[in-house]
Amino acid sequence: MEMVKVTIDGREVQVPKNSTILAAARAAGIEVPTLCYNEDLDVKGMCRVCVVEVEGSRTLQTACSQPVSDGMVVHTNSPRVRQARRVNVELLLSNHPQDCLGCVRNQRCELQTLADQLGIRELRFPRQVKSEQKDISTPALVRDPSKCILCRRCVEVCHQVQGVGALYPVNRGFDTTIAPAGGVDLGDVACVQCGQCSLVCPVGAIYEQDHTERVWAALANPDKHVVVQTAPAIRVSIGEEMGLEPGEVTTGQLVAALRRLGFDRVFDTDFSADLTIIEEGHELLKRLENGETMPMITSCSPGWIKYIEHFYPDLLPHLSTCKSPQQMFGALAKTYYAEKAGIDPANIYVVSIMPCTAKKFECGRPEMIDSGYPDVDAVLTTRELGRMLRENGIKFSELPEEEYDAPLGISTGAGVIFGATGGVMEAALRTVYEVVTGETLPSLDFTAVRGLEGIKEAEVDLKGKKVKVAVTHGLGNARKLLDLIKAGKADYQFIEIMCCPGGCIGGGGQPIPTTKEIRQKRIDAIYRADAGMPLRKSHENPAVQTLYKEFLGEPLGEKSHELLHTQYTKREKYPEKAADM
Amino acid sequence: MSYFRAHVLVCAGTPCMLKGAGAVKDALCREIERAGLQEEVRVVETGCLGPCDDGPVIVVYPEGVMYSKLKPEEMSRIVQQHLLKGRVVEDLVYRAEKEKAKPVVSLEEQGYLDRQYRIVLRNCGRIDPDSIEEYIANGGYEALGKALTTMTPEQVVATVKDSGLRGRGGAGFPTGLKWSFTAPIAADQKYIICNADEGEPGTFKDRLILEGDPHSIIEAMAIAGYAVGADQGIVYIRGEYHLSIERLQRAAARARELGLLGKDIFGTGFNFDLQIRTGAGAYVCGEETALIESLEGKRGEPRLKPPYPGVAGLWGKPTVVNNVETLANIPPIILKGAEWFRGIGTEKTPGTKVFTMLGDITNQGLIEVPMGITLREVIYGVGGGIPNGRGFKLAQTGGTSGGCLPKEFLDLPMDYDSLAEAGSALGSGALLVIDDSHCIVDVLRSFMKFFQHESCGQCTPCREGTARLYQLFSDLAAGKAGQDAVQLIKELCQTMQLSSLCGLGQSAPNGVVTALQYFEEEIQKHVAGECPAGVCRISMGSRAV
Ligand SMILES: Cc1cc2nc3c(=O)[nH]c(=O)nc-3n(C[C@H](O)[C@H](O)[C@H](O)COP(=O)(O)O)c2cc1C
Ligand code: SF4
Ligand code: SF4
Ligand code: SF4
Ligand code: SF4
Ligand code: FES
Repeated sequence: MEMVKVTIDGREVQVPKNSTILAAARAAGIEVPTLCYNEDLDVKGMCRVCVVEVEGSRTLQTACSQPVSDGMVVHTNSPRVRQARRVNVELLLSNHPQDCLGCVRNQRCELQTLADQLGIRELRFPRQVKSEQKDISTPALVRDPSKCILCRRCVEVCHQVQGVGALYPVNRGFDTTIAPAGGVDLGDVACVQCGQCSLVCPVGAIYEQDHTERVWAALANPDKHVVVQTAPAIRVSIGEEMGLEPGEVTTGQLVAALRRLGFDRVFDTDFSADLTIIEEGHELLKRLENGETMPMITSCSPGWIKYIEHFYPDLLPHLSTCKSPQQMFGALAKTYYAEKAGIDPANIYVVSIMPCTAKKFECGRPEMIDSGYPDVDAVLTTRELGRMLRENGIKFSELPEEEYDAPLGISTGAGVIFGATGGVMEAALRTVYEVVTGETLPSLDFTAVRGLEGIKEAEVDLKGKKVKVAVTHGLGNARKLLDLIKAGKADYQFIEIMCCPGGCIGGGGQPIPTTKEIRQKRIDAIYRADAGMPLRKSHENPAVQTLYKEFLGEPLGEKSHELLHTQYTKREKYPEKAADM
Repeated sequence: MSYFRAHVLVCAGTPCMLKGAGAVKDALCREIERAGLQEEVRVVETGCLGPCDDGPVIVVYPEGVMYSKLKPEEMSRIVQQHLLKGRVVEDLVYRAEKEKAKPVVSLEEQGYLDRQYRIVLRNCGRIDPDSIEEYIANGGYEALGKALTTMTPEQVVATVKDSGLRGRGGAGFPTGLKWSFTAPIAADQKYIICNADEGEPGTFKDRLILEGDPHSIIEAMAIAGYAVGADQGIVYIRGEYHLSIERLQRAAARARELGLLGKDIFGTGFNFDLQIRTGAGAYVCGEETALIESLEGKRGEPRLKPPYPGVAGLWGKPTVVNNVETLANIPPIILKGAEWFRGIGTEKTPGTKVFTMLGDITNQGLIEVPMGITLREVIYGVGGGIPNGRGFKLAQTGGTSGGCLPKEFLDLPMDYDSLAEAGSALGSGALLVIDDSHCIVDVLRSFMKFFQHESCGQCTPCREGTARLYQLFSDLAAGKAGQDAVQLIKELCQTMQLSSLCGLGQSAPNGVVTALQYFEEEIQKHVAGECPAGVCRISMGSRAV
C-alpha cells in the first residue's frame, strides 16, 4: 500500500494514500470532533463540525471527507478552526429545542456531548426552532423532526443498507426536514419498522415507541401474572446498556435483574427458537419431499417479513409459515403454560425483551391472537429494558447469576445462536442433519454461515442428498438474493434472511452505538454462549420434547398449525396514501 | 487519423439531387483529382443543407464558405481558385435574401456603442438563429472544421489554454486547464455539459446567447468534445427558457442533418451528439455538481469535492462543465488563435465579459465589453449613469454573492483578480447599482432573504447561517438587534465562507463582509436604533421569520 506523509498539529504520520484527514489524525493520536460522520456509512460531510485547516487551502476542509496528500500540513485547532467548529454547533443549537431533560437521548446524545466538549455554555444566536409535529403513526418508532440535526445517517441507512428508502430529505434551506416523501407519515409508507434509523440517529429525533409504562403498570397489577421472554441477542448486549464493555455474555445477570423488576416468571425465547427449528426443519424436509416452492426462506425476522410483503409480494410462498420465536412463545404462554400452571390466560401478561423495534409491529399484527388473546402484550427493546433497570437502581454487573424458569426457559445452544446472522441456518442444519441421516454430527460448527460478510453460502451433504443454503442479513443484501430467486437463478433449497446487519445482535432496538466492530463482538459472545451450553441441538431440548408429548403431538401437526404457523399479507410498495400525494 | 486540409460538404438532399448535385459532385471529384488534391481535400456528402431553392449547394471547410446554384462546369473554378489558392469565388457564394441587403461584416468591424466589443454576442440579433446557413455564412462551424481537420485534440486544448480564457459561469477557472485535466483520462465515456441554468436573479446573458446564436454553443461543445475525448454533450437549461430550448433543439436537429453533429463528423471519425435537459429551477442547481445530481435524477444538491467532475462527474464519468458564455468564446478562439484573444481585455483576464446592468442605472440590460473596463466606464458610460439625480452608493458585482463596492472602487478594473482582491467577484457578470436612497441594512437583508430561500439545506453553516443572517438583519432593520449583533454577523460570515460545503454558502456572505468593511458605521447605527437613510423605520413592522 502506498503511504504518504502528513503533518498534523506538528506531528508527522505515515498513512495509506487514500486515508481521510480524520483517519490520519487518529493515527497521530489526535481526535477531531465530528458529528454527522458515522464510520459504517458513506461520508456525507454535512455538519461541517470536523473542519480543519489545511495549509495552502483557501477554505477549511472537512476531516471526515477530505483525503490526505503527501506532505499535507494540517492544523486541527487554529483560531479559524475553533471558531468555525463552535459557530456550526451553536447554529445547530439555535435551531434545537432545549429539551434535554425530557429527551430520550439525554446523556446519550452526540449533540449534547459535543456541545459540552466544546464548552458551549451560551446560546448567542437568535433562536428559531422549527416546531414540527411528532410522527407517532407507526407501532415501533417515533419521529421527532424538531430535534433532527439533518445529519442524514437515517436516510443513508434506510436507502443504502436496508434498500427501503422510507426517509428522504424534503424541502430546501432552513425548511429542510427528513421525512417520508410526499408529506405523509412513516406509517403511510413502506417502512419496515427495522429501527436501523433509530440506531444511527445521533440525537433524539427517531426512537422506539416506549412500552415501559405499560410494563410497569402490569408489574404493579396484582391480578396479572407477568411473564417475560428474553430474545437470544439480549444476553450479549444488555450489558452495554448497563455500562459494561461490548461482547460480554450476561445471561445470568439478565435473569436476576428481571426477577428483581418483579416478573413472575423469567422465560427464554431460546426455548421457542428451539421449537422453531423443529417446526421449520420439518417444513423444509416436507417441502423437499413434496417438491413444493423452493427455496424456503426463514420467517423469524418481522422487519424482513414486512419487507417482502411490500417489495416482493410474489415471493411470499417462499416464506416458511413458521411464526417467529417471539410469537410462538406468546401463543404457548397463553395456552400450554396457562394450562400447566393453572392460570386463566386472560390474566397472563406476556412481555418480550427484544433487540428489535419491528417486534413491536409484529406483536400487533391482527393475526397474532391464536391463543384467543394478543399472544404478546408488550415488547421492550434492549434500550427500554436498560432504562427500567436504571430506574430501579439495579447494579447489573454486581448481580449474582440466576437460572431461567422451567419449562419455557429451557433451551439449547442452537436457540442462542438465533441472535447472530447465520444462527438460524446453523441451528437448523444441526437438527435436519441428524433427523435425516440418523447420525450424530461430527462437528456442530457450520462456520461458513457465520460472520458479517453480506451473503454467505454453504452446501451440506445429507447422506447423498446435497442441500445448498444461503444466509444474508441487511435488506440491501436480501434484495440481491430475492432478485436471483425472481430471475429463477437461485439454486438454493434454504435461505436465512435477517432484516438487520449482523442479525438480531445488530437489531434496531439494541444499545447505541451499534457499530460494525461492536456487532462483531456481540457475535463472538453469542458463539461463546453457545459453546458453553450443555445441549447445543434443538431436538435435544427436553422441554421441547415434553411439549410435543404433552401438548402439540407432532411437528407440523394440527395444534402446531393452529398456534405456531401463520400467513402473510401482500402490501403495496407505495401504499395508497403516499401515492395520492 | 489523417488530416485533410479542406473538406467539401456536398448537399445530397433530394432537392439538390434533383437539381443535379450528383453531377456537381462527380465534377468536383474529377477536378480535385486533376489538381492532385485528393490527399488534401476530402469530399463528403451531407444531408440537406437548407437553401433548397438555391441548390445544388456545397460548403467548403475550414472556411465554411457556402456556394449555391452550382453547375458541374463551375467546379474547376472552385477547385482552382478556392481549394488551390485559398481565394473565395465571390460570384458563386450563397447569399440569402436578407444577406443580400446586409453584407456579412467581420468581427473586427463590429464595435458599435463606444466601448462595446462583441465576441460572444457576435451573431446575436444579426443572424437568423433558426438558420444554420446564416450561421455558416458568418463563419459558423468553421472552427469545428478547423479543429477536426487541422488540429490534434492536444492542440485544441493548448490553444484554449494559451488564450487565457477563464470560466464565465462564476468561478473563473481557466478553461483550458479544466479541459487538460479531463483530456488525458482514459474512460469509456466522457461528457461535455453546457451549464445554461442561469439562476442569478436579473441576468439573462446565457439566454440571449442561446436564443440569438444557438449554433455557436453546439459548435463549441463539439470542439470541447473533440478536445477532451467526449462524444456526448448535454445542455442543462433552465426550464423557463422556452425559446432557448426550442431554438437549440431546432439548431441541433439541423446540425445533425448536415452531419455537423452525429457520427463521423467531417468524415474524421469523430462522433459527437448532444441532448437538451431542462432544470428544475433551483438556483443551486447551477452549481456544477448539483447540476450533475439533478441530471442523474436526484435531488439537486452539491456533492463533496473531491472528486471533481473533471475526473468523476455525470454517472461517475469524467465530465467537463462549462458555462454558455465560456463556450461561446471557443469558436472565435479556435479560428483566430490564442494571440488574438489575448489582445483583448487585460493581460491576466483576456477577452470580453457580458454584464447585466441592473438596479439604479439608466440603461439596464446586457453589454459586452473588454475585461478590465472600470466600473465608472460601465456605469457612467454605457450605462448612462444613475437616474433621478441620485448619487451612487454602491455596486454589487458578480450577482447576489458578490461584494458591495462603494465609490472608492469606481476606478477598479473589472476582472477576476481585481474584484476578488476588493472582496467581490466578477461572477456571472451581474452588476447591481444601488443609489444613495437605499439603506445598506435593508439591501443586505434582501440578499439574505434570497440565500435563505436558495440554500439547498445540506450543510449546517449555509442552511442555518443564511437563516440566522436574515434574522439578524431583520432585527437590525427593526431596531431590535442586540449589542453583539455585528460581532455575531462577523463570526457567522467567516464560518460560512470557510466551512460551507459549496460555493453558495461560501460566497453568500460576501455582500455582508464587504459591507461591514465599507459601511460599518451605517450598520452600527442600526444597533443604536437609527437608520441614516431613513429606510428601515418603514420596515419596522415587517420583521420576518
Ligand atoms: C450556487 C452556485 C450557482 C451557480 N450557478 C451557475 C449558473 O447558473 N450557470 C453557470 O454557468 N455556472 C454556475 N455556477 C458555477 C458552476 O458551478 C461552474 O463553476 C461553472 O458552470 C463552470 O463553468 P465555467 O468554468 O465555464 O465558468 C454556480 C455555482 C454556484 C456555487
Ligand atoms: S437530542 Fe440531545 S441535545 Fe437535543 S434535547 Fe435531546 S438530549 Fe438534548
Ligand atoms: S425503520 Fe427501517 S425502514 Fe423504517 S425508516 Fe427506519 S431504517 Fe427505514
Ligand atoms: S433523524 Fe436523526 S439520523 Fe436522521 S437526519 Fe435527523 S438527526 Fe440525523
Ligand atoms: S453551502 Fe448551502 S447550497 Fe451549498 S451545500 Fe451547503 S447548504 Fe447546500
Ligand atoms: S463530521 Fe465531517 S462534516 Fe460532519
